[in-house]
Amino acid sequence: MSNNIPYLSLAIWLPIAFGVLIMALGNDKNAGMVRGAALVASLISFVVTLPLYFGFDTSTAQLQFVESLPWIEAFGATYGLGVDGLSVWFVILTALITVFVVVAAWEVITEKVAQYMAAFLILSGLMVGVFSATDGLLFYVFFEATLIPMYIIVGVWGGPNRIYAAFKFFLYTLLGSLLTLVALIYLQFQSGTFEIAAWHKLPLGMTEQILIFLAFLMAFAVKVPMWPVHTWLPDAHVEAPTGGSVVLAAIMLKLGAYGFLRFSMPIAPDASHELAGFMITLSLIAVVYIGVVALVQKDMKKLVAYSSIAHMGFVTLGFFMFQDLAVQGAIIQMISHGFVSGAMFLCIGVLYDRVHSREISAYGGVVNTMPKFAAFFLLFAMANSGLPATSGFVGEFMVILGAVKYNFWIGLLAATTLIFGAAYSLWMYKRVVFGDVANDNVKELTDVNTREFLMLGALAILVMAMGLYPKPFTDVLQVSVDALLQHVAQSKL
Amino acid sequence: MDQMNLSLAIPEIALALFACVFLIADSVTKGRILPILHNIVVLFCIGLGVYCLALVPTEGTGLAFSNMYIADSMALALKGFSALAIAFTLIVGANYAKDRDMFKGELHALVLFTLLGQMIMISANNLLLVYLGVELLSLSLYAAVAMQRDNVRATEAAMKYFVLGALASGFLLYGMSMIYGATGSLNHSDIAFAATAAVSGQKSIIFVFGIVFLVAGLAFKLGVVPFHMWVPDVYQGSPSISTLLISGAPKLAAFAMMMRLLVDGLFVMAFDWQNMLMVLAIASLAIGNLTAIAQTSLKRMLAYSTIAQMGFMLLGFLSGVTGQDTGNAAQAYSAAMFYSITYVLTTLGTFGVIMVMSRKGFEVENISDLKGLNKRAPWLALIMLLLMFSLAGIPPMMGFAAKLSVLKALLATGQVWLAVYAVMFSLVGAFYYIRIVKTMYFESPSDNTEIVMGNDARAVLGLNGLAVIALGLLPAPLMAYCMTVIQQTLAG
Repeated sequence: MSNNIPYLSLAIWLPIAFGVLIMALGNDKNAGMVRGAALVASLISFVVTLPLYFGFDTSTAQLQFVESLPWIEAFGATYGLGVDGLSVWFVILTALITVFVVVAAWEVITEKVAQYMAAFLILSGLMVGVFSATDGLLFYVFFEATLIPMYIIVGVWGGPNRIYAAFKFFLYTLLGSLLTLVALIYLQFQSGTFEIAAWHKLPLGMTEQILIFLAFLMAFAVKVPMWPVHTWLPDAHVEAPTGGSVVLAAIMLKLGAYGFLRFSMPIAPDASHELAGFMITLSLIAVVYIGVVALVQKDMKKLVAYSSIAHMGFVTLGFFMFQDLAVQGAIIQMISHGFVSGAMFLCIGVLYDRVHSREISAYGGVVNTMPKFAAFFLLFAMANSGLPATSGFVGEFMVILGAVKYNFWIGLLAATTLIFGAAYSLWMYKRVVFGDVANDNVKELTDVNTREFLMLGALAILVMAMGLYPKPFTDVLQVSVDALLQHVAQSKL
Repeated sequence: MDQMNLSLAIPEIALALFACVFLIADSVTKGRILPILHNIVVLFCIGLGVYCLALVPTEGTGLAFSNMYIADSMALALKGFSALAIAFTLIVGANYAKDRDMFKGELHALVLFTLLGQMIMISANNLLLVYLGVELLSLSLYAAVAMQRDNVRATEAAMKYFVLGALASGFLLYGMSMIYGATGSLNHSDIAFAATAAVSGQKSIIFVFGIVFLVAGLAFKLGVVPFHMWVPDVYQGSPSISTLLISGAPKLAAFAMMMRLLVDGLFVMAFDWQNMLMVLAIASLAIGNLTAIAQTSLKRMLAYSTIAQMGFMLLGFLSGVTGQDTGNAAQAYSAAMFYSITYVLTTLGTFGVIMVMSRKGFEVENISDLKGLNKRAPWLALIMLLLMFSLAGIPPMMGFAAKLSVLKALLATGQVWLAVYAVMFSLVGAFYYIRIVKTMYFESPSDNTEIVMGNDARAVLGLNGLAVIALGLLPAPLMAYCMTVIQQTLAG
């Protein structure tokens, strides 16, 4: 713990620096080198996050690997970084997913390769910044800055309707976060500092708390996204290139959920309790209604996008029952969803690269031509529907247990996700993979190559490992979640 | 006190002499050595800027020319930035001017005189001197707009600018004469003294009327609603280098003029002029942002964006005083100053890109002319992207820090709803700024002509882009700098 290497700063600025370098030096003529450099850069950026786990002290809820430098004294803002059990896994997950994104783009992205790789590396650094900022303003700067590369990614390398999707994504999220900015400045006035930990202790009246909670809700609900502000996500997912969808689903959605844990709940605990019923209702609508919506999708990416919304509904449901098991389950669900949804989008990307269609009806009988791929896809579809022994099961099960304890009927409704999840995931799988070879496109399919095999294989191992042995995750979470819940249980009034 | 103190006015004196020598040298040689003179002018402006900025921490407040002229750290800082902005304009605009037969001694002379006018405005401590500076600046600008004799649109723009500008000057003079009538003095410090007496006793109607006309004149120069009509037409009609001369550095001088007239002179009347500014700001944010969306012409869009940006700057300016409490003044005015500097920096870059992209016989006119810029010149596109996100106020760009400091000043005076209003219109603004990014990045080029630019233009544009992101990530030094000079000005 006492080492002085600033791992968090490295995890933020290394990928950004690599990204800028690649953008400056790379062009389409040396695309091969650019790909290699991007892979090395993402691997190095991943490796520097590993000490965060190995050096992590699971016995304390205190922030670890803390860094603090003066930043903008006029605002009382500092360059403060640190992680606790709630955030450390997301830092690592972000860096890891970026490696997959770089690999997934290898042969697929042929235009403006350097800019593509640079955008993802910079995005990765910014997202690590969001998870590790201990200063409200720094958090906001990283949170907003992620919009820029994502806007470019969707707009430049996206599908036919990409411009609409990019605008919708950008304006929706910006709308949400602007009011948050007002709330942040308000909190700064009340406390004289932008330090999040100081805000946790700041006494606030009920009206103030409710207003602050709602201002934060605007930003985080759009990002998660919660019903009814979810409509940007299916558009963005469908139009984004594979890498964009993976990062959106795996990491960006978590920024919102993480915001609830770091800001809304501890800063406005009384408002959180007051509005818990509202939050639970919205979450249940997301779980049940969006689950049904996912069932009728014709587009594979859209289906997985809706399933993401339903899964994230599960996460917010877990948070606002204020139960140890449920909150832990929700966080586990976030991590697991990062792997599983990322893997689902990568699988769809593998198919799309060959056939150039995302319509379910364009496929059928893929198993005949791509047996290895079918096996991987099956595992991920099962994980998506929460099959025991996969990572998807652990989190969902914990949240449902918590929910049943909290209120039987909420638990019952939440449990329907297991049915809907299985229905939409496996029904899609059946239509795409099983049956006779549907058309010539499918007939000409070639099975996954080595690159894709390694990529999907690595994810498969992670999904299985997390399902079978979730202890490394729950261990890290335990103390921090306990401390959070103890804090939230104390009224500030 | 009644001394000349010539040494305080060295920047102005040097500039005036230099401009005259330049005119003679150029006409004697019949323009043959203009390329060399151009470089000398640029170096002189840079030198002048650096000289002014270097003086900032050492000089205290000094008065010259029988108190007509004031030299304090705010004046020196703003003069320094103005001179650097003018140097930037000349460097980036050189090729543009050459392609349009504007690269003549007259252009450089006019540019030098606009700078002189700005410097006088910045340092004026007397209503008449303010007016002198305004007129020197405006007349040079009218001529700069009309420099292309055979360009119908530019001539029309110059005409409009001249007529409306004369009207605004009339407002300004009328207001000044009323203030003079109410106070019996043209000197800012005497006016401040008389104003204090007026506030404690019966406020005379003529005083308030004078302020109304002064504010109207200022609003015209800033180009805020409802005195904004000239802005889009002039921006669009003028050759881009003249547009940049209008929209860049003079905003710093306009800021200084507001500081001198309203804060130095009429601080005790803050309640009156703050309310007027609030109306201007609210209207500018709405009309500027909403109208910008409907534009297809790039320069018109930037004109409306300027209107909105200036409205935002006013928000900082109007949050200096609440009731009798002046504790927020330094923070509010330094936020407005930081905002103005940010605005000038981004505007320089934006018009710089427009000028570099234009070539002989082709003028970047519509937003669609930027199509596929990322494919044609990725480097220029990246700079423009940074500038647009900065104007939209997205972190980590400088525009975010500027908006944040203004919002903070607003919230410090408890004007929460005004802050929410401003924030909501920032969202509207973001739409048309990211539309530019869309045009550059998401669309294919309709024109594949290679974009040629000089190494000096490339270097200063690069520096500009770098500054926008570097000062966004680390705004603290510049903010502290603005704070210091404003505090010294308020104290002096």
